[in-house]
Amino acid sequence: MSFVLDLFSIVAVSAGAVFYLAGTVGLLRFPDAYTRLHALTKADTLGMALVVIGLMPQVDSVLAGLKLVLVWLLVMLSSAAVSQLIARSARRRDART
Amino acid sequence: MRAVVSLVVVLLLLWLAVWTVVARDAFLAVVGFIAYGLLLSLVWVRLYGIDVALIEAAIGGGLTGALLLGAVGRLRGTEAAARSERPGAGTRAFAMVLSLGVTVVLVLCVLALPEPAPTLAPQAAQELPATGVGNPITGVLLAFRALDTLLEAIVLVIALIGVWSLAPDRFWGGRPGLRHDADPDGVLAYFARVLPPIGIVVGIYLLWAGADHPGGKFQSATILAAMWMLVQMTGLADTPAVASRWLRAGVVVGPLVFVAVGLLGLWTAGDFLGYPPDWAKPMIVVIEVALLPTLVLVLALLMNGAPARNVKR
Repeated sequence: MSFVLDLFSIVAVSAGAVFYLAGTVGLLRFPDAYTRLHALTKADTLGMALVVIGLMPQVDSVLAGLKLVLVWLLVMLSSAAVSQLIARSARRRDART
Repeated sequence: MRAVVSLVVVLLLLWLAVWTVVARDAFLAVVGFIAYGLLLSLVWVRLYGIDVALIEAAIGGGLTGALLLGAVGRLRGTEAAARSERPGAGTRAFAMVLSLGVTVVLVLCVLALPEPAPTLAPQAAQELPATGVGNPITGVLLAFRALDTLLEAIVLVIALIGVWSLAPDRFWGGRPGLRHDADPDGVLAYFARVLPPIGIVVGIYLLWAGADHPGGKFQSATILAAMWMLVQMTGLADTPAVASRWLRAGVVVGPLVFVAVGLLGLWTAGDFLGYPPDWAKPMIVVIEVALLPTLVLVLALLMNGAPARNVKR
């Protein structure tokens, strides 16, 4: 059983890492602020979700698991809010020029 | 495997440090510095210094980064002029010799350290039960080296007075910074309404957990100050006027309580900042709780800067 859980963790965390990698490549390669944000926030949200899900079987207590989920929710909240703000300021700047 | 990861992190850290130093644009340099702080906190985690990692991420990366970003914003007008001035060959050679000299001295000092390095850790660990706290960092900061922590708190208050003293005479006692007026129904305002309740709970938890686990007043104060800054940035609450009584009382309460506990120790334990044997833990908790408002206010007010408008608009 623990082998299956470990395997699940490895697969999920690795998949999360792939999303982070894709997001980073997108951040470096995409041409403008909007597409870069698109790459970054998708990667952050999905990558982080997969990492958290992958770590779930490894925690010792329910409380630790809940803390992980809380961290994930907070990261989603801040990355969603910040990307909105960056996109708005980019749009305002583009409108001016 | 662990060694490889450590090596990669160290190389990344060195590269980022060099990049930050050579970056010509002030904004880019600050961004590099923030990333450097976050990476450094990762290094501290790997060295099992969780307390230091928390401080580094919160104050080194977060708060200092935000302060520097504010400074970059103010310097923007003069940046181009400053960059066009090139120092003469003599100045540059002198700067190079000076920095190389400092580096050489530092390297020699590090190489001259005795192996193994002298440590007080065993003594500190042995005496820790006497303080009643479980986190050795808290024990060192508030029992064995309490005087350092007291002076640190006083230095913060003096730094705040220094920032305030930059105010033009006509604005003295007024509010720092511009009044922010973000869209009250916008994303930022929503964020500033959702996050503070969670942030306040996490901040107070960190203070409470600091007695036995990594955490403590500094980490807690940074989070609480950040929540307050967030509310100020959206204009949901205005920056406080520096003339206000409660504000000044809050700024000095921590050091005053600390000094009072110290004087009490003179009477009960025979030494300044000595704790009577059975009362060490309650005393430490009193100091931590009293320092919290001071630290929150000082950190947030340092961010706000000098008064720049009158209270009456």
